[in-house]
Amino acid sequence: MREELLGLLAKEPAHGYELKQALEADFGDLWPTVNIGQIYSALARLETTGLVRSAAVTQDGRPDKKVFELTAAGRDELQRWVDDVVPVARVRDRFFVKLVLAARAKVADPVALIDRQRRAYLRRLRQLNDLAEDARGMAARLAVQGAVLHLQADLKWLEQCEQALSEGAAEGGDR
Amino acid sequence: MTALVRATGLQRYFGAQESLVRAVDGIDLTVDEGEFVSVMGPSGCGKSTLLYLLGGLVRPTAGQISLGGRRVERLSRAAWARLRRRRIGFVFQSFNLVDNLTVVENLQLPGMLGGRSGRAARRRAMALLEDLGVADKARVVPGSLSGGQRQRVAVARALINEPELLLADEPTGSLDSVAANEVLGLLKRYHRAGQAVVLVTHDPQIATTADRLVTMRDGRVVDHTLLTARTGPNLRVHDLVEGP
Repeated sequence: MREELLGLLAKEPAHGYELKQALEADFGDLWPTVNIGQIYSALARLETTGLVRSAAVTQDGRPDKKVFELTAAGRDELQRWVDDVVPVARVRDRFFVKLVLAARAKVADPVALIDRQRRAYLRRLRQLNDLAEDARGMAARLAVQGAVLHLQADLKWLEQCEQALSEGAAEGGDR
Repeated sequence: MTALVRATGLQRYFGAQESLVRAVDGIDLTVDEGEFVSVMGPSGCGKSTLLYLLGGLVRPTAGQISLGGRRVERLSRAAWARLRRRRIGFVFQSFNLVDNLTVVENLQLPGMLGGRSGRAARRRAMALLEDLGVADKARVVPGSLSGGQRQRVAVARALINEPELLLADEPTGSLDSVAANEVLGLLKRYHRAGQAVVLVTHDPQIATTADRLVTMRDGRVVDHTLLTARTGPNLRVHDLVEGP
């Protein structure tokens, strides 16, 4: 939540509840409800590290409110984070590990593992199809489309795993 | 649920000796009334041949097919044609509309062959075109329509005689993704209204529109997946994205 808060404060100083509302407006389609307590504790950590500072603003007949703003260090930190290219996802899921171990240690039939995994992916794809019908808002639709594309790649990759296994078997050995 | 289609030990071979192709090589498949089943596999796995066997466009080398409890695999060509007119609708990748008939005539003609009067067939045709959002195209020829519109007309034609079974062979194969989604949406809608559908495709995204998925390789069924099996709570957008 750190970078999201820095980003919102880069636009204008705000108090905790305003930040909660802004987060919900920008990411509400994607995230579950944001807890106000989480926001205050994240702000407190940012203040300790000098990335934001706060000032108390007096209000008529109501308790003071704490308004947060970005420091120069906070602005630099945000800029660094924005400029960083997001690392490319690696193939490192637990299924791959299982598959390799199954083939090497013969603890399971790799083809059966692939079939089971494929069924799970296909069911997920069906759920995504249903979700796509209900998804409202651009952010939500893009999120569903992204998930569908990833899943299609996963399915294609399973096919290649299967092919590699059967070719390996035909060559008469697991190296 | 009662079985609408039941195929057992279904085989279809093409060629002979060295060039023998076992396109469908011993398949058992049941489709219940109102069920939506997809058959998925790479090209050449025999999935289209299986569909044509179920619709009587290709005759089996061996095996049995029942439709609504009645054995049909030995029916004559003419008897199969009658069956298709009333009880089985076909949708193809290449639409297969008659180019020199208007859109409404493309529906009206099979409607009359299915036993309706000219007027009743036209009424039914117009209602379907209305339902599928192409009523304004009733009087043009198919050649002037977009791919998506042509396929919607083809779906309408397949449904003109209220068949129990709709067979679709890569119905979105010639369409862009927007038109493909529209056609799939239609199949889903008719399925929800009780239409039994068998859909053949190589594309997992399309195939998972169904309730049940049958995977084929080399003429055989290698896997069954019940897609509607709920293993946990419904998926939400929140589950797809890294949260705050």
